[in-house]
Amino acid sequence: MSVISRGFSGRGNAETANLPPGQYLTTDFPVLSAGPTPHIPLDRWEFTIRDEKNALLRRWDWKSFRELPTESPTVDLHCVTRWSKLGTSWDGVSLDTLLSDVHADASYVMAHSYGDYTTNIPLHELKNRKAWIAFRFDGKDLEPEHGGPARLLVPHLYLWKSAKWVRGLQFMREDKPGFWEGLGYHIYGDPWREQRYSGDQ
Amino acid sequence: MWRIGTVVALCDETSTARTITLEVPDWPGHVAGQHVDLRLTAPDGYSAVRSYSIASAPSLQPQFEVTVERMPDGEVSPYLTQVIAPGDQLEVRGPIGGWFVWRSEQTGPVQLIAGGSGIVPLMAMIRARFSSENRSQFRLLYSVRDGESIFYKHELKALSEDKLGLNVTYVYTRKVPMGWPRPAGRINATLVANTTWPAVLDPTSYICGPTSFVEAAADLLLAAAMKRDNIRTERFGPTGERR
Repeated sequence: MSVISRGFSGRGNAETANLPPGQYLTTDFPVLSAGPTPHIPLDRWEFTIRDEKNALLRRWDWKSFRELPTESPTVDLHCVTRWSKLGTSWDGVSLDTLLSDVHADASYVMAHSYGDYTTNIPLHELKNRKAWIAFRFDGKDLEPEHGGPARLLVPHLYLWKSAKWVRGLQFMREDKPGFWEGLGYHIYGDPWREQRYSGDQ
Repeated sequence: MWRIGTVVALCDETSTARTITLEVPDWPGHVAGQHVDLRLTAPDGYSAVRSYSIASAPSLQPQFEVTVERMPDGEVSPYLTQVIAPGDQLEVRGPIGGWFVWRSEQTGPVQLIAGGSGIVPLMAMIRARFSSENRSQFRLLYSVRDGESIFYKHELKALSEDKLGLNVTYVYTRKVPMGWPRPAGRINATLVANTTWPAVLDPTSYICGPTSFVEAAADLLLAAAMKRDNIRTERFGPTGERR
C-alpha cells in the first residue's frame, strides 16, 4: 500500500543494509528519558537481585561491583526512535557473572532504576554474553545523562530495554510490562523484527 | 498500521519551520503531546521514517498538524519544509506515546518549558486546554534564539492577552527584541523562580527541547523543590545538540 512521495529521493546510503528495518545511522549519541536525570553518588549506589517476592538474593555496592571481572563489548545500538549507532564500545560486568549461582524459578525479570524507571526482559535474553551492567562508554565513565554510574546494556533489543541508572533486577514468574511497555511500546522489543509498538508482531 | 495521509494545508511558522496539516481518513484521534511517525517513499522504493510531534489539539476531524523544523543536513525535514505541496501523500503511523501527554481530564496548574522547536507538543497541550472545558492555569517558559524563531507567535499572544489561563515568558538566547528588559541568555534559577509556578502549588511540568536544554531545565525545577514525579521530559534526537 506504499504511496510514493512526489519529489522525495532521500539519501539511500548503502550502509542502511546493515541496519534493522526502519532505522537510520547516527554518529551522535542522542538522549531519551522520561524525566529528570538522577544523580547517584557512588557511595550510595547499589545493585541488587531479588526474587519474585522481593527477597534479596544478591547485593553489590560500588566497590564490590567494580571488583567483579569486567568485559569490553563493542556493540550496535538501536533506539525505537529510529536512530542506530554502530560499533559502540563499553566496559561492564556481564549479567552471566552477576547471575551465576543465582537460582530462580522465573522466566522474566523486571529491571528497576533510580528514578523509578522499569523495563521487563525475558531472563534468557540476559544470559550467554548478551547483556551487561555497563559503567564506561568509549573509555570514559558513563555520564549521568547516558545512564551513569551504571546502566543495563542489552544491545540486541531496542535501547529502552537497556535501563539507565539501573539499581536492580527482580525475577518474575510471568511477564509484566515495565514503564514504556505499559505506555504503548512492544513487550519484547526486537529491532530486527521491528517490534516497536504494542500491536507489532 | 500505516495509514495514508494527504497534505491539505501548509503554513510557514518561521524561515525554517513549516506546519503541515494532514488529512487521514480513518485517523483514530490523539492526545496532546503525542507524536506520529511519517514515512516517505521514493519512486525507487527507498523509504525513510521520522517521528514528529503533533501540534494541533485533539479534535473529531480526521486531521492533525505537525510542525517540522528544517535540519541543515536532514534527509527528511528539507523535503517536508520545502518540497511537499498540498495534495501530496505520505504514510502515517500513530498516534504514539502515552507519557508526555496532557489530558483535558487532568486538574492542577501546568508548567510548560520549551526550547526551540520543543514548543510543538506543548502547543498541542495549550490548544487542547483552550479547546476543552478545562480551566487549568498554564504557564509557558519558551526559550528561543531570537524573535524571528518563535513558532505560533500571534496565537500565543492572543491566548495570553485574554487572561484566560495562559501566561507566556520568552527567553532569548542570541538576540533580544528592542527594549527587552533582560540581556540574551539561557534559562536560569532566577527566571525559574520569577516566572514558573512555585513548587507548593504542585504543578505538572512538561519540558521539551534539545537534550542539554531539557537537562538544564529539569535540574532547575528540581533545585526549586519541584517533585521529580511531576516533571515529564521529551528530548530531541540526533540533532538535539545543534539548535
